[in-house]
Amino acid sequence: MSLEKPYLDVPGTTIFDAEQSRLGYHLNQFCMSLMKAENRSRFKADERAYLDEWPMSEDQKQAVLARDLNRCISLGGNIYFLAKIGATDGRSFQQMAGSMTGMTEEEYRNMMIGGGRSADGNRIVGEHGDAQAENQPQGEAGRLLKKSPLPASGTAPHPKTPGSEQ
Amino acid sequence: MAKITASVYTSHVPAIGAALDLGKTQEPYWQPVFQGYDFGKQWLKDNKPDVIFLVFNDHATAFSLEMIPTFAIGTAAEYTPADEGWGPRPVPKVIGHPELAAHIAQSVIQQDFDLTIVNKMDVDHGLTVPLSLMCGQPEAWPCPVIPFAVNVVQYPVPSGRRCFELGKAIRKAVESFDKPLNVQIWGTGGMSHQLQGPRAGLINKEFDNMFLDRLISDPEGLASVPHIDYVREAGSEGIELVMWLIARGAMSDVAGGPAPTVKNRFYHVPASNTAVGHLILENN
Repeated sequence: MSLEKPYLDVPGTTIFDAEQSRLGYHLNQFCMSLMKAENRSRFKADERAYLDEWPMSEDQKQAVLARDLNRCISLGGNIYFLAKIGATDGRSFQQMAGSMTGMTEEEYRNMMIGGGRSADGNRIVGEHGDAQAENQPQGEAGRLLKKSPLPASGTAPHPKTPGSEQ
Repeated sequence: MAKITASVYTSHVPAIGAALDLGKTQEPYWQPVFQGYDFGKQWLKDNKPDVIFLVFNDHATAFSLEMIPTFAIGTAAEYTPADEGWGPRPVPKVIGHPELAAHIAQSVIQQDFDLTIVNKMDVDHGLTVPLSLMCGQPEAWPCPVIPFAVNVVQYPVPSGRRCFELGKAIRKAVESFDKPLNVQIWGTGGMSHQLQGPRAGLINKEFDNMFLDRLISDPEGLASVPHIDYVREAGSEGIELVMWLIARGAMSDVAGGPAPTVKNRFYHVPASNTAVGHLILENN
């Protein structure tokens, strides 16, 4: 009998279950290491060399170097672990969460002050809310990234969560 | 005999801790949040317990992916505030109550709940922010605290029903302790929020207020709400609300006593990425 996973059709959302945890084990453990000031300094001094100490996939390392949190999550990262990277960079939780929406920091902050994102249209893939795949990116930051000649690295769809990516 | 006299419920947002530590409580953005706790701070001074049993979740701090306990009870003499990546919060260390904690561990495991016993851990904002909200910035916390960590990071997390039943077992455990201690149980974390992906920033005031209504008057029914409803309605991190059902299940009305008195209820949006909810219920 297959496992019950009723959460695979929530738009813009990857649930960190045992399968994701397995995929992201070394990525998340790398993040944990940044809870020590000494490790934060070593990482900042040479990010690539520090990442190479961990048996992470090249995709995972590239996603960390690009600070592409959506991509990190699709590769097994969990936001509470990934927050240690943001903390090392001196970013707030709000800046980190906002970075995954394609909005500028100001756009995201204003959305929260305005009462936050509505659940309406965002409960199930296929509705028409702002978190749905066809409505990405949601703001100016994402539109600028899209115009850039370099391919944005957060664009690969997650195999298990249709619609969770841009 | 020890007794649970009241339950306190509150969100535990890291930015709230930062706002407090950096002296921003009177800024227009934060002032309404902290004002919502003015009553609770005075109430705690007037109703100081001997021990606080504090239900919270660790945020990839004490527990990495090396070990993921579903329910973990702290039986240590003291706990140090953790460095979550921004450096440790400048708050007092947390003094435990090993004797009562060990008694609760023994009793609750005998009631068929598999607790992990923790004798060494650092405590993160999940535990220290609720203490700060209710106590301000004291030299020392007002009483010993028993940390009780629930896994709500890696799914599947325990169901609302299991949390509610666990609360009942904790009440029995406390009441079988042979010393006259006044114990409060705090359920922390939650209200709607999502911290990940293109759906980040989700806030659902209707769901949150329905949750508060039912937590007060229909906790038994509320315990049946499945995980997927929390995810769809309250965001992927809104699942933290199941921890409130542990505290609610420990109240005496659940075991046939009179309904509790609602001493305070507060709700505000936003604090950083989340809605903030707060409730105080007194046993009668």
